[in-house]
Amino acid sequence: MKFSITVTLKKDVLDPQGKVVQNTLVNLGMNNLKNIRQGKYFEIEVEEKNQNSAEKYVDEMCKKLLVNLIIEDYKINII
Amino acid sequence: MKSSVIVFPGSNCDRDVGVALEKMQFKNQMIWHKETKLPKSDLIVVPGGFSYGDYLRSGAIAGKSLIIDEVIKAANDGCLVLGICNGFQILTETGLLKGTLLRNKNLKFVNKDVQIKVMNNETRFSNKYKKDQVLKINIAHNEGNFFTDSNHLEELDKDNLIAFKYCDEIGDINGTANPNGSIKNIAGIYNSKKNILGMMPHPERMVDNLISNTDGINLFSSLLN
Repeated sequence: MKFSITVTLKKDVLDPQGKVVQNTLVNLGMNNLKNIRQGKYFEIEVEEKNQNSAEKYVDEMCKKLLVNLIIEDYKINII
Repeated sequence: MKSSVIVFPGSNCDRDVGVALEKMQFKNQMIWHKETKLPKSDLIVVPGGFSYGDYLRSGAIAGKSLIIDEVIKAANDGCLVLGICNGFQILTETGLLKGTLLRNKNLKFVNKDVQIKVMNNETRFSNKYKKDQVLKINIAHNEGNFFTDSNHLEELDKDNLIAFKYCDEIGDINGTANPNGSIKNIAGIYNSKKNILGMMPHPERMVDNLISNTDGINLFSSLLN
């Protein structure tokens, strides 16, 4: 099974990179731009046919290494 | 006193800290990260650098390396642990120190000498300094912006666990003297037992007047005290 994982900074955590990207787009004339938060994206394939256990497995990966739970949130989707 | 410096692929301050420790008469050994046994040490140093090229997050991969289990065991048994710069980032990734280091607020790699204030001089790492002493120490990092939750911040204040704060030349702690956006100008913290210190500034670069100053010496001599 294949999953996608999106990791984003938590709401209260300052995202200076997102801010710079946002400012640059505004400078390019994208005036209706409200807000940008920059994140990370992973595609993960696992050898597991059962969807529940595959999801649990990927969730464990997130908690063990991929995500810093102090500052980041994550979403897992099947692709 | 016996010390061990952990070396990862991408560490680049390992030899500097080795030289500083030997200058201060520590019996030092360099330990490659793939080792599974740590020689008996009174002090473990996790040095600065760019372990694993800062892939994923600074310190994240090194924080899961083979030798780290031994470092965690030794730290829990009371061994002194010093994490400098990338070493501080690694210690937060292992959970030995709470909080995390975010990208510098101004998005720039900052390499310069800054002033830091000794907030607590009653620890194994700082007893040779005076309280509120202002030190001039080099920083060189891209992710030094310390961040943590409000409970931990309270704990840091209440239990006197803040080791150093960025300040100006006369010791005033203010926003202008903060080089990276770090919460409350924090430059270094202790764990609750105060046997682990993580700090972004590089004391090992300040042990010789020939190349800098000697403001870092007392950190090492405190450990020998």
